[in-house]
Amino acid sequence: MSDSPIAVEQHGPELLHHFVDAEQQRDAASLGMWLFLATEVMFFGGMFCAYLIYRYWYYNEFAAGSRSLDIYLGTINTAVLICSSLTVALGVRAAQMGKRKLLVVLLLLTIVFGFAFLAIKGVEWYDKYKEHHIPGNAFNVDDLVKDYPQIHIDPRHEQIYFSLYFAMTGLHALHMIIGVGIFMFLTYYAWKGRYTPKYYTPIEMGGLYWHFVDIVWIYLFPLLYLIDRKPLR
Amino acid sequence: MFDNFPLWPVRASAGAGNVDALYIFLVALSAFMCVAIFTMILVFATMYRRRRGVEAEQIEGSSALEITWSIIPLGIFMVIFLWGAVIYFHERTPPQGASEVYVVGKQWMWKLQHEEGPREINELHVPVGRDVKLIMTSQDVIHSFYVPAFRIKQDVLPGRYTTAWFRATRPGVYHLFCSQYCGTMHSGMIGQVVVMEPAQYQAWLSGGGTTGSLAASGESLFQQLGCPTCHRSDTQGRGPILSGIFGKPVQLEDGRIVIADENYIRESILSPSAKIVSGFKPIMPVFQGLVGEEQLNALVAYIKSLSPAPSGAAGKTSLTPAGTRSQNP
Amino acid sequence: MATAAISAERENYLNKEYGIRSWLLTTDHKRIALLYLASITFFFFIGGFFALLIRLELLTPAGDLVQADTYNKLFSMHGQVMIFFFLIPSIPAVLGNFLVPLMIGAKDLAFPRINLLSWYLYIIAGTIYLHCIVTGGVDTGWTFYTPFSTAFSNTRVIEAGISIFIAGFSSILTGLNFVVTIHRMRAPGMTWSRLPLFIWAMYATSIIQLLGTPVLAITLLLVVFERAFNLGIFDPTRGGDPLLFQHLFWFYSHPAVYIMILPAMAVESEVVACFTRKRIFGYNFVAMSSIAIAVFGFLVWAHHMFVAGISLYSALVFSILSYLVAVPSAIKVFNWTATMYKGSISFTTPMLYAFGFIGLFTMGGLTGLFLACLGIDVHVHDTYFVIAHFHYIMVGGAVMGYLGGLHFWWPKISGRMYPEAWGRLAALLVFSGFNLTFFPQFILGYMGMPRRYWQYPPEFQVLNVLSTAGSTILAIGYVLPMVYFLWSMRYGKIASDNPWGAAGLEWKTSSPPPTFNFDEEPEVTWEAYNYEQIPAPAEVNIER
Repeated sequence: MSDSPIAVEQHGPELLHHFVDAEQQRDAASLGMWLFLATEVMFFGGMFCAYLIYRYWYYNEFAAGSRSLDIYLGTINTAVLICSSLTVALGVRAAQMGKRKLLVVLLLLTIVFGFAFLAIKGVEWYDKYKEHHIPGNAFNVDDLVKDYPQIHIDPRHEQIYFSLYFAMTGLHALHMIIGVGIFMFLTYYAWKGRYTPKYYTPIEMGGLYWHFVDIVWIYLFPLLYLIDRKPLR
Repeated sequence: MFDNFPLWPVRASAGAGNVDALYIFLVALSAFMCVAIFTMILVFATMYRRRRGVEAEQIEGSSALEITWSIIPLGIFMVIFLWGAVIYFHERTPPQGASEVYVVGKQWMWKLQHEEGPREINELHVPVGRDVKLIMTSQDVIHSFYVPAFRIKQDVLPGRYTTAWFRATRPGVYHLFCSQYCGTMHSGMIGQVVVMEPAQYQAWLSGGGTTGSLAASGESLFQQLGCPTCHRSDTQGRGPILSGIFGKPVQLEDGRIVIADENYIRESILSPSAKIVSGFKPIMPVFQGLVGEEQLNALVAYIKSLSPAPSGAAGKTSLTPAGTRSQNP
Repeated sequence: MATAAISAERENYLNKEYGIRSWLLTTDHKRIALLYLASITFFFFIGGFFALLIRLELLTPAGDLVQADTYNKLFSMHGQVMIFFFLIPSIPAVLGNFLVPLMIGAKDLAFPRINLLSWYLYIIAGTIYLHCIVTGGVDTGWTFYTPFSTAFSNTRVIEAGISIFIAGFSSILTGLNFVVTIHRMRAPGMTWSRLPLFIWAMYATSIIQLLGTPVLAITLLLVVFERAFNLGIFDPTRGGDPLLFQHLFWFYSHPAVYIMILPAMAVESEVVACFTRKRIFGYNFVAMSSIAIAVFGFLVWAHHMFVAGISLYSALVFSILSYLVAVPSAIKVFNWTATMYKGSISFTTPMLYAFGFIGLFTMGGLTGLFLACLGIDVHVHDTYFVIAHFHYIMVGGAVMGYLGGLHFWWPKISGRMYPEAWGRLAALLVFSGFNLTFFPQFILGYMGMPRRYWQYPPEFQVLNVLSTAGSTILAIGYVLPMVYFLWSMRYGKIASDNPWGAAGLEWKTSSPPPTFNFDEEPEVTWEAYNYEQIPAPAEVNIER
């Protein structure tokens, strides 16, 4: 098989030695990435499970905590991520069509969006820090208790909302940082011309990962920010 | 059996015999299965050991056999499940009218208080033949109240009550173990249950200087903490009337209906905003940190005493899952 | 025999390159398997050492060998080391890594570099855990129950948690590699129904590793956060729920036990088929039972919580489901036994381990029925009955499967035969030592001796002494293979390609295999376990 001249011609440098052909390599990469994303679903799933249970038990505190988040920044961040998924999808298409410069631009844009998201998240966290809503020794929700006298906030339950808020957005942000790092590598290699219409698997796989991180946010946003935005009775 | 080399735990409660019967059945079943399989293996290993000129016979399988040896074990398993479930149901359903003992586990001792008042540490005196219900909580980490001779065990959790019950059938002294690892002296958190003839038990009860019943000390605490200010005995109070509520359904302002059991009372004292009774405002002060576990037990006992002896559906109060919320994960 | 001599001089994966870099930077799945073999053996002896200390302490009722805190650390670390650093990786990372590509006719796993990363994650995790041990250890029990682990323990919980978190990712990546490899890299003609049952079981194991381990990861992460940042997610004094921790923990840790036993069942099928010289009876049922165990295994976790304070109705549901998951395991035992009917059975060391496996796994599995039974579990939960049950499965089952597999594939891995007489002796020592160690614990448990007890009432002493005596025999049984395997690498008889006359693609290449496994890509035109086409070796017991 390895003696066949046809096989030698099709064997580009990106085909790894243990694969029979490029198609097998691509299929393997694709299945691998989807399985990895399944593990990520289970990973975040544990926290979502904790969130759902505590929200059911401590709805009032969760609602109050949710209202204390900045919905404008949250919405902007959601838009930022959706745009970044667009640039990623367009980037995959650019790679498919062999448009190297366009691909590089789109990847860079994605990274910019990523950084924008992280920056806004940083601002939000800083706000929480100023308001003493970070769980721990400086935690203080007297402001919320004052704001909602009719629903009697229990600070201990409020602390659980914020613990989950920081754990969930923190883990999400960590995945964003990893994603940005991956895309930096992808941008570099794209600029070097490594990705062609015949071989753009890493772009596709990186894209899958990015879309997943985006989807996690699409769930986090309503669960954390939109619990109860109706005016209080 | 042998004095220093016992092989079977003593049976000292009404339920122990049922547990043992099921256990013996399972042992017999397992022994039978083991003998059957091991014998077959031995026979096959001998009959079909490798010999020159004799080839193995390639047998694909037999769906009929597979189905048979799936269905039959499944059937047996269902029998075991049902038998065990019935016993378990009985174990988790304290009978009406059981006398109550409040238990507080803490690292590394058991503190018990009879409803009649006497307190004990690491020891529980009970009379033969009486249903005893344990209402238990922990002051720190998870412990577990285990009396092998009674075949009962129940984890004891911080932040809520869990219950267990037994009826001792044999006078004697039996081990009490903590069976949920709880730190350094987990293996030292042991004690004994002393089962006495009824007459002896009465003597023991009145032996130590009594401090009054648990409910009585609860009543004086109720007054001390100012509870009657809002929980009046008429409808003018800012808080719900408490007499007669124990064991009955309560409608909450969000529409849910919960049973006013021990956990509900406890939660209402420690975290009143969790469940607001319909028609009332969430203004009750939070007593978390202001009352200790034993004081809570006394208050709960007092509020219970304000209701007539339970006469409703058997075991209703204990069927409610012991939790601070109306549902458990 | 001449071919055997030539075989040893041929280039193979062991002699292709020498030097530490060629090992530490290898992407060859076979070398990575050996890297794992060395590391998990190391941790096995650490965990075993803790076990020995535990059994020594338990010789007497009083706590007189070590202090209570030390004892609590010993059993906690024994559990964590044995589970996370020995049992979970053992068969998958050693035998699975070595054999999966060979058995399906591939050149390597789908992601060789991720395979190496997986080993490095294991090593990093192991190093952190070693540091945890020497800087004070952890005393939460292997189960990390809250609020003790988050708010009361004074030991290195965070470090242990991070270490196991990282080890979890090693496990996830191994599982991911296997699933993709089995799906995408089978040789032409290797259809799913021609796969060795070993592959089916490893596939099922990998699914569990992929889907279950992340939940442990997030749970441990939350415990670490809670301890580090004073959160209150599992702390009742702050509105949290300790039972939530238990649910999340056991959601992984129950399927984890299937991660530990399915690979041993994988080995069992291969060994029994070879040494009865027959196709496994009921191939389809055995293959499907592996998948069934993986699926049902995710549905039964709260049978660890029957007395924890869950509702009566939850308990009923989980008890019934637990009986369902017992059925596929029973099916396997019946099928292996049925395979022996009209077989041609030899009593080599691997086969001795296989016999032992069936016996001990059957006993362990039957005692699982006791524990799934609500009425009984109330009495025996958290007692030595449980300890006996899971050691019958984990040691009597999984470890015997691992040792049997190591012996069976040793010629393929090393190109040498181990000394058969010593192998049989060790197998017998392990079997008898094991039974003496753990059978008395069933009795202790029913009598009421709780687990994790540093000191105990005197009436439990005789059985404890018996148990400790057994453990010394068991220890010798474990040390022997270490010694003679090492010995065989230099002095063992050179092995032919297929010394056992076994079916399976791995036996069609040289012992040891070349780096890329096969000189030519195999094309499979036969069914699995085609023993009617494979001549039995003249004498199976090659080493005298």
